[in-house]
Amino acid sequence: MSHIFSALPQVLVDGLTLGAIYAVVALGYTMVYGILELINFAHGEVFMTGAFIGTGLLLSMGAFGSALPAWITLILILILTALLTGLLGMGIEKLAYRPLRKAPKLIPLISAIGISFILQDLVRFLAEWKTGNYIVTGTTLFEGKLTIPFSSIIGTFQNATIKTNTLILIGITIAIMFMLDIFVNRTKWGTAMRAVAQDQETASLMSINVNKVISLTFFIGSAIGGATGFLFAQQYATIDPYIGFILGLKAFTAAVLGGIGNIRGAMFGGLLLGVLEVFAAANLSTLTSGVFGSEYKDVFAFAILILVLIFKPEGLFGKSAKEKV
Amino acid sequence: MSERLLLQMQQVSAYYDQIQALDTISLEVNLGEIVTLVGSNGAGKSTTLKAICGQVKTTGTISFLGKDITRLPPHQTAKLGIAHVPEGRRIFPRLTVKENLEMGAFQLKNKKEIEEQMEIVFQYFPRIKERLHQKGGTMSGGEQQMLAIGRALMSKPSILLLDEPSMGLAPIIVEQIFEIIQELNQTGMTILLVEQNAYQALTIAHRGYVIQTGKIILADQAESLLENKQVTEAYLA
Ligand SMILES: Nc1ncnc2c1ncn2[C@@H]1O[C@H](COP(=O)(O)OP(=O)(O)O)[C@@H](O)[C@H]1O
Ligand SMILES: [Mg+2]
Repeated sequence: MSHIFSALPQVLVDGLTLGAIYAVVALGYTMVYGILELINFAHGEVFMTGAFIGTGLLLSMGAFGSALPAWITLILILILTALLTGLLGMGIEKLAYRPLRKAPKLIPLISAIGISFILQDLVRFLAEWKTGNYIVTGTTLFEGKLTIPFSSIIGTFQNATIKTNTLILIGITIAIMFMLDIFVNRTKWGTAMRAVAQDQETASLMSINVNKVISLTFFIGSAIGGATGFLFAQQYATIDPYIGFILGLKAFTAAVLGGIGNIRGAMFGGLLLGVLEVFAAANLSTLTSGVFGSEYKDVFAFAILILVLIFKPEGLFGKSAKEKV
Repeated sequence: MSERLLLQMQQVSAYYDQIQALDTISLEVNLGEIVTLVGSNGAGKSTTLKAICGQVKTTGTISFLGKDITRLPPHQTAKLGIAHVPEGRRIFPRLTVKENLEMGAFQLKNKKEIEEQMEIVFQYFPRIKERLHQKGGTMSGGEQQMLAIGRALMSKPSILLLDEPSMGLAPIIVEQIFEIIQELNQTGMTILLVEQNAYQALTIAHRGYVIQTGKIILADQAESLLENKQVTEAYLA
């Protein structure tokens, strides 16, 4: 048991890393749900596509890339990846969801699953064609490692190691969340997005072009999801076309945990789920005397989803303000 | 007369799927007028306003300032200066009062212009100013109606379309709102007012139309309609 405690710092570091990824991807689900009441199941695949686009860009930059300082390469790739996946998300909405906007809710959901398969297969085809294998290992921009001396703070803690990549991942994802929060809550177009989420018909009476706001929502959600895909590839080195599936489901769980449609809720839900999952992976076997091993961590995440859906379907931060209409 | 013509509907019909809600309606609103459209529940009053701002598909012609707007979607008719205050107020419940007003001014680009317009709205509705940071959904019905009209004014419109502003409100609040509508008109705002509350609407209007099951059955000066037997029996009982 004392091992659980002493390993906490590392669990926290790893948990927040994973959680930050869940959080940004969860934002894509929650923003789209908030506006269209649609679960964009293709969003996990947009994340995966971002991982491949970013890694592909990095690999194809070759010598030119290694001449540049690593942080410039990083920023260049993040921006390009965000732009491309943003456009991809916008295109998906226009092609697969917009024509079905008046259809029963189940129909666009099936369309979303179709898009998921298309993206998985397309990426797999392209990856195999270019590299001979659909499992791709990219180069790492930052090799360094850092040890945080938690043991000097509290004696029983073990030190935590943290890769430079991890620091970058956490820093950038937090910056993304921070900027998104400001955009949604403090800018004209962000307010328009919330207005459209609450009442499309009335928003259009305010001269707001609802379709444009919906496109923008898909662009932003997909851009940040795709960029995070590249950060994920940097963090975990190896990617394949199926990483978006489970990760997407977990990010969706995080969005539900925070109250689907609630942006700050999704951020918190993502971080919480990440920490819980890593904690479970590290300690399930100890806690259950070996009955459940760390491979049950996914079951753990989805058990949380089911519990939330049963006991608090509006999420931990479900919409509170009673509506008077 | 024709240079004063602001809004014109000619032979307009509207449908919800197969159901016809408007049957060849013709209606005009001149610059500076209060025109009211009265009729009982389900007569087609809201549909008429929705037809003007492009929320329902129509046949016939609708023109605004001489421009054909029949097929324009709502966000474009709004840009031309048509501000529609919908039935039931439709305040954004989880936006603050201030954000609701800012959304009304969505098409204004200039920050200063928006602030000035907000001051004008506060002059008509001082109570809004005290509640700027409250969520729209937490206000009373009367306050929401005032905010809805204020929000519409934020776009500096050429015409206000008001859909039953008296609905569900206490008589004293209704009176206040009708006074403000009259005040707005005296400072130059053109208004098309839809009401079930025919007596009060006809009292402040210049001209009126009576609509019944999707057809205009009467059109006249407001005073004349107030004395018209058909109207008094059907709507002013
Ligand atoms: N969204 C809708 N779908 C189908 N029928 C509708 C819809 N809205 C209104 N109607 C029908 O159109 C007619 C006119 O409605 P409406 O314009 O709302 O009347 P009013 O505003 O005068 O009460 C009514 O018969 C109503 O049932
Ligand atoms: Mg009505």
